[in-house]
Amino acid sequence: MNKLIVASREVAVPGDLIAEGMNFVAGKNTYRKDEKIYSNRLGLVDVRGSVIKVIPLSGRYMPQKEDLIIGEVKEVGFNSWQVDIGAPFTANLYMSEGTTTYIRKDEDLSRYFNVGDKLIGRIISCTSTGSLQITCKGPGLKKIKGGLIIKINPNKVPRAIGKKGSMITMIKELTNTEIIVGQNGWVWINGDAMDILKAKKAIELIDKKGHVKGLTDAIKNMLEKDSRIKPVK
Amino acid sequence: MKNYDKKFIIDLYENGGRLTERKNKDSYREIIIQEPVSVNAEGSARVKIGKTEVIVGVKLNTAEPYQDTPDEGVMMVTAEFSPIADPEFEPGPPKEEAIELARVVDRTIRESHAIDTKKLCIKKGEKVWRVFIDIYIINNDGNLIDASVLGAMAALKKAKIPKLDKDGNVLFKEHTKKNVPLNATPTACTIFKLDNVLLIDAEKREEELIDARITLGCFGEYVHSMQKGGKGAFTPEEFNKCVKLAIKKNKELQKILSKF
Repeated sequence: MNKLIVASREVAVPGDLIAEGMNFVAGKNTYRKDEKIYSNRLGLVDVRGSVIKVIPLSGRYMPQKEDLIIGEVKEVGFNSWQVDIGAPFTANLYMSEGTTTYIRKDEDLSRYFNVGDKLIGRIISCTSTGSLQITCKGPGLKKIKGGLIIKINPNKVPRAIGKKGSMITMIKELTNTEIIVGQNGWVWINGDAMDILKAKKAIELIDKKGHVKGLTDAIKNMLEKDSRIKPVK
Repeated sequence: MKNYDKKFIIDLYENGGRLTERKNKDSYREIIIQEPVSVNAEGSARVKIGKTEVIVGVKLNTAEPYQDTPDEGVMMVTAEFSPIADPEFEPGPPKEEAIELARVVDRTIRESHAIDTKKLCIKKGEKVWRVFIDIYIINNDGNLIDASVLGAMAALKKAKIPKLDKDGNVLFKEHTKKNVPLNATPTACTIFKLDNVLLIDAEKREEELIDARITLGCFGEYVHSMQKGGKGAFTPEEFNKCVKLAIKKNKELQKILSKF
């Protein structure tokens, strides 16, 4: 008795019965009760083989270990920085994780990161009690200089990146910009001012219509239509 | 954060662009005026400038006139910043920004003598019409002053005077065919200064960074009222530029208002 009740890519609300039978596996945002699988969130059902998960339509970013994030420094402490990453709790960037250079005793930490500075970091640990540690040491992790940061729905991040980065690579090539998408939904775009504006428009479209099929082509058309720069082949 | 955004916005402006899409760098975002929105108000309008959304209601009641102007009607403007509009707005008594907004709208309308107050007199020294203009911010994405003045004038234009019964009490549900007597339809244009750049219709992200702003209330070729805000200052050259720009932009706003 294995039956799929809600088809793939259809909307499910919390408590909705999605499937029956032990052949299915309850994935993210779903739970199993006896032989039945129910939804935990409002979102689109995604069935991949026997794994069922629900992709939420909205909601705040829930931090996970190893996530690449973009954050803003909110507070400079005497041995750490407090960083806002759009999660339910603020992240802690410890002194030794902030920079590779040697920090002398009694040195002013705002020399490295000041209030309002933005950074690309990675989560090293997070617990359910609210302790959230990030690092700024590693390849690609740095303080952000210039460019523009926009915020999108964190649930649309996989769509903004695309399969193996297909979507983001396409936007980068067509607009001639540098883009980094944090898992928390903060997107950093760098390049010429007008190119940034174009990339911003494309990413905002993903945020707005992320659940629609054939989005990649729509964005490609949009960017090629008002593009001064021809894609580099 | 502020420095990054500031540099980017100035860079963008010098290249001829703004954060949201508009016709050109010196034009307003899309303006939508809707009316009526309130059943119980004598006149009401909803104004959208981009994502900024304001509802204005006009209510009329009888009152005793002030002693120095026994034959003139009274006008009052109030503004409410509801918490739904912006995470930074808090419930409670009106804050500085709300009072400033109400007073700027009041000044724009009053100083251009937009409402013909003499025609609002019912009986000299005893009874006149009192016009309440209530502004409710539904969504804040910057440039609230321009939107509020536009909304107030649109609501005033459509407001009908209610009927009176034999004893002179107001019958609120019934309206006469008379409009609120208007002499002019002024509008306000706010110019925001960011370093050396003068911006029109700043959105919230730009408004947070500004050094100074100046609001000019105009009708036709004339400037009737002014309000400056922010910590920075304008140079005389910049100020002259502001006046020219504001008169030009106000004419565009008045054109939108006259169509409606």
